[in-house]
Amino acid sequence: MDNLLEIRDLAVHYYSNRKVVEAVNHLSLDMKKGTVLGLVGETGAGKTTLALSIVNMIRGPQGKIVQGSLRFNGKDILAMGRQELRGLRGKDIAMIFQDPMTALNPVLPVGDQIAETVIRHEGLTRAQGWKKAEEMLETVGIPGIRSREYPHQFSGGMKQRVVIALALACNPVLLLADEPTTALDVTIQAQVLDLMRKLIRENGTSVLFITHSLGLVAENCDEVATMYAGEIVEYGTVDQVFGRPLHPYTRGLFGSLPRLRDSQRRLTPIPGLMPDPTALPRGCYFAPRCPDKMPVCGEIHPRDHLFEGHRVKCHLYGGNGREAGNER
Amino acid sequence: MSGEAAAGMAGAEKNLVRVAKLKKYFSTPFGNLHAVDDISFDIRRGSTLGMVGESGCGKSTTGRLLVRLLEATAGTILYDGIDVTTAPERDMKTLRTRMQMIFQDPYSSINPRHTVASLIGEPLRIHKIVHNTTEFERRVRELMDTVGLADRLYDAYPHELDGGRRQRIGIARALALHPQFIVCDEPVSALDVSIQAQILNLLMDLQEKLGLTYLFITHDLSVVKHISEDIVIMYLGQIVERGPTGELFDKPLHPYSRALLSAIPLPELDTRRDRIILKSEVSSPIEPPPGCRFAPRCAHVRPECTAADPALREVSPGRFAACVLAERFL
Repeated sequence: MDNLLEIRDLAVHYYSNRKVVEAVNHLSLDMKKGTVLGLVGETGAGKTTLALSIVNMIRGPQGKIVQGSLRFNGKDILAMGRQELRGLRGKDIAMIFQDPMTALNPVLPVGDQIAETVIRHEGLTRAQGWKKAEEMLETVGIPGIRSREYPHQFSGGMKQRVVIALALACNPVLLLADEPTTALDVTIQAQVLDLMRKLIRENGTSVLFITHSLGLVAENCDEVATMYAGEIVEYGTVDQVFGRPLHPYTRGLFGSLPRLRDSQRRLTPIPGLMPDPTALPRGCYFAPRCPDKMPVCGEIHPRDHLFEGHRVKCHLYGGNGREAGNER
Repeated sequence: MSGEAAAGMAGAEKNLVRVAKLKKYFSTPFGNLHAVDDISFDIRRGSTLGMVGESGCGKSTTGRLLVRLLEATAGTILYDGIDVTTAPERDMKTLRTRMQMIFQDPYSSINPRHTVASLIGEPLRIHKIVHNTTEFERRVRELMDTVGLADRLYDAYPHELDGGRRQRIGIARALALHPQFIVCDEPVSALDVSIQAQILNLLMDLQEKLGLTYLFITHDLSVVKHISEDIVIMYLGQIVERGPTGELFDKPLHPYSRALLSAIPLPELDTRRDRIILKSEVSSPIEPPPGCRFAPRCAHVRPECTAADPALREVSPGRFAACVLAERFL
């Protein structure tokens, strides 16, 4: 089996004020071993909810995985018991969150937080755990001697490196990186990503890289999935999707970006807003904003269509409209 | 003082804003924090000056000093020949109708308990621009139309709106008094890309229509490239490079600018660039030692770099850089 992670027909809902927020809708996605998959989309697309589902960390009672299956290395994550999940989280699947300030415990020295993880998962003694913590800090460019210091004594970039050290301490098979550099300045972002790429390559870790930046995807990922209103609307290799984006939403994202190379003045924003997740439209969720809308789009929800491994959820490519070859 | 003001008047045709030797120090228990340390630049009438730099480089402080939300420690800011730093309060009230500010976070910069109309109309009330409710409503609806807010949102509250629309309220407020100059402090940083594009287009349209002058503060280099004619790059309270946007992006002259530009992730496939990864992090702005602030991270550092502050000098026509080695990158 070369699929590390198989997500099938996943649906996650949040309940509030008698309304149902459909955060993730019938989503299917595979991750191959050793790949870096970029997950792009705007605020509220459901990216973080998807990541939390993978480690079965959707908080009840307001949040619930209502449908679907998640298989990691062939094992059903949703069927795992508490103990088994604890063994999985932080060991086989590690997470890096956007904000390093909230990911670290402010009243524990950073070394303690790394040691705790390796002691628990690798069965090391306390002394060995601390030694490992110092080694990990050194790997991310922080002197081991600073392991006794507290999070507030580090800058934002260094804190995020501590979080990376923590995430990679147990050699995870899969790393869920949720906007790992969004809170950082560009030169520090470049440092942190450079380090992450190196460590990932050395360990052969698979990564789900969640970001809203197409630039970061182009430079860090092998594959990319575009997420909109809880669905994957386009999926392919970075070459396929950046070479020829198929879905009107993905194309809209590219059009919205101010490019460094172009000198055009007007940007072409996507008109309107993301649909209300408590009242999703009947047909295609993107139809109300879509420049290529056809009558069928408001009626029938589109299926996935496949072109040489490049997947797109859009009627334009389903025989009802133009074929992919006629695009652009 | 009056001599300087007169000099400012003389040059008024071209530059709307002239900043000279501006400093802002904040005192801390550990000494003075040099937030802005001796910077000088001009903003041409009707143009956009982009001010870029990373967190803590003093760009927002500079913006606030320009509209006098902060008092300068030293230096002058001539706005149409009038020194903003020393203008008495009654003059400031008039000046403030001509210079406005748009803030970064549309979620925290507007009062959640006011309606859209009352938020946009607040400056009109404070400056007694309108005299009755009909006039008020007409002007507010006019402003809403200008910034692209639907008429039906007149009585809406901010929580009913998304970030893009809230930022439109911020822009309408700034436009209410017919300003000439607007300091835009990271106006699109909190917004998603598709919404960001809408707001950038709006700002550019308004500039064209109303002849506005912008100081556009941001950490996003693609945005600044897109919107500005000229760019100032700041590092730890000082200007390290200044010049026309196109030339600066084609050939940055300061080692920091070079690293900064090379660090931008590009959403393109055919761009395997040589990235300059800087070592370590920004040093402390509290009582910084003499010499180039960037020296501790610079790959080209020489003994003379730490001896004295390098002056911002004209390296080639219109291109200014504060580095002894700038010629090397020409």
